[in-house]
Amino acid sequence: MSAISREEVSHLAMLARIDLTPDELDRMAGQLGVILDAVATVREVAGDDVPATSHPMPLTNVTRPDEVRPSLTPEQALAGAPEAEQGRFRVPRILEDEA
Amino acid sequence: MSPETTALTRRTAAELAAGLAAGEFSSVEVTTAHLNRIAEVDGDVHAYLHVAGHQALADARAVDAARASGERLAPLAGVPIAVKDVMATRGVPTTCGSAILQGWVPPYDATVVRRIKDARMVVLGKTNMDEFAMGSSTEHSAFGPTRNPWDLTRIPGGSGGGSAAALAAFTAPLATGTDTGGSIRQPAAVTGTVGVKPTYGAVSRYGLVALASSLDQAGPCARTVLDAALLHEVMAGHDPMDSTSLTGSYPDVVAAARRGATGDLDGLTVAVVRELGGEGYQAGVRQRFEEAVELLTQAGATVVEVSCPSFTAALGAYYLILPSEASSNLAKFDAMRYGLRVYPRGVDDPTAEQVMAATREVGFGAEVKRRIILGTYALSSGYYDAYYGSAQKVRTLIQRDFAAAFEQADVLVSPTAPTTAFPLGEKLEDPLAMYLNDVATIPANLAGIPGMSVPSGLAPEDGLPTGLQILAPARSDDRLYLVGAAVEAALTARRGHLLLDEAPPLRAELAAAGLQEVGR
Repeated sequence: MSAISREEVSHLAMLARIDLTPDELDRMAGQLGVILDAVATVREVAGDDVPATSHPMPLTNVTRPDEVRPSLTPEQALAGAPEAEQGRFRVPRILEDEA
Repeated sequence: MSPETTALTRRTAAELAAGLAAGEFSSVEVTTAHLNRIAEVDGDVHAYLHVAGHQALADARAVDAARASGERLAPLAGVPIAVKDVMATRGVPTTCGSAILQGWVPPYDATVVRRIKDARMVVLGKTNMDEFAMGSSTEHSAFGPTRNPWDLTRIPGGSGGGSAAALAAFTAPLATGTDTGGSIRQPAAVTGTVGVKPTYGAVSRYGLVALASSLDQAGPCARTVLDAALLHEVMAGHDPMDSTSLTGSYPDVVAAARRGATGDLDGLTVAVVRELGGEGYQAGVRQRFEEAVELLTQAGATVVEVSCPSFTAALGAYYLILPSEASSNLAKFDAMRYGLRVYPRGVDDPTAEQVMAATREVGFGAEVKRRIILGTYALSSGYYDAYYGSAQKVRTLIQRDFAAAFEQADVLVSPTAPTTAFPLGEKLEDPLAMYLNDVATIPANLAGIPGMSVPSGLAPEDGLPTGLQILAPARSDDRLYLVGAAVEAALTARRGHLLLDEAPPLRAELAAAGLQEVGR
């Protein structure tokens, strides 16, 4: 049984930085419970001897020479920013109030 | 609707390319015909989120001038194409179907888009999709659903419903797609068109808004197998900007499509996957699938059955791996560098975190929130091993099942989707029912192998298109085209025309013929 409580959903939403309305919390707790029940079968399929696969194809690390190459101009990079100032992204304050 | 518009928009991309090369018509004429048709029918279909008419005509004029001056041009030069809105297009809005990216104009082109432009193809506009490619019906688009041209009350599949509907409505001869769990193949199946998910890494992911990076793969959408091959050749190729981009040799898919069209599959072994059919599949879907398998036998192929027992756990593994990767990929939508920014109500001097949470509340739709939170859960400490870890092990088992199956057969086949197009709204409030649409397409993404959907007929019970899925080993995409073209040739010979030619007329066509719509 994979029931997930409203409080758990609220905590996960905080971790994911998504505000949810009380209605959304109620609806999502129910839906996530149904989905988790359906996907929980994966836990019974593979034994300990089965290695995990994170990627479909064999991966090798790819590097390139550490050289300057063409990139976006500062104006292009800032063109889609909600706010910009003096060639930089302008963001809301990043620190909590001092207690 | 003028006869000229109809004549040019009904042609395949291969026919348009030949006509352009022979000087029968110009790219401006072809592009104008498609823009006119979009203006006439897209109000009903809503395949497009943005139409780039002025730029398209400018590009068409330029390619006509280049041809007139004797420049050597790529095979598809001057042929129009619609681009899925998941792909960054310089100077043209790119939203990925999300309100959080509404109005975003990328300062660069995705590599796929760059390759399309280098081939001198004409980009008509951007096609509708489920938000961030999460969905199987295009109903999760923040900008309203796309409607299936076969029946405007039904879904066109998803996430690439816009691209598939543009093809089926004859508002583009070619389109691009991305397939993370079936988003190219399932829309192709329910609209009577052709869609291909290439081998993972065959097409660059640079400039595509990432959903699940280990599953995402871009590919061609078309009305015929040959057209898909021609576009596949343009899109695929190594890209230093994508570290997972394949290197080394890659098969000639256009030659395979031409060979397949001769209808000779002698010496080929085809396996039916036992787990991808039967219970849960609509009767008419099963019937058309069995007939398609019979056609393969008549073409000389040997048909066997294989069992892939782990496939029954594929859906569960996918809906843990995908949300996990998506929850990480979508963290970039933080309201700081691009896209929407919303300040929380009633909070003086909010922090960046509070602004991010308020923005994502407003900017993301219900399905995106659901999957991000599901992924956050699956990755959180205490649950990681049980959910994400187990899902990765299932992924290993699925790859082993495929490896064993391809020991016995050159290609595998199944129905593409378990049902035909369902009514809009039917599964919107039942996420699990929506997820089941991808049950047959998901295993290929988990294993990185290529897959195609090609039309297999119309289900007798509802008269709607069904699709045959063909799967091949990694880097053997040419086999999809060989088999797909043979099926297409056999079905076309039987009907006397392409399946899509049986789609009912749209309202604008009825009006042009002086007729009124009589309930559909």
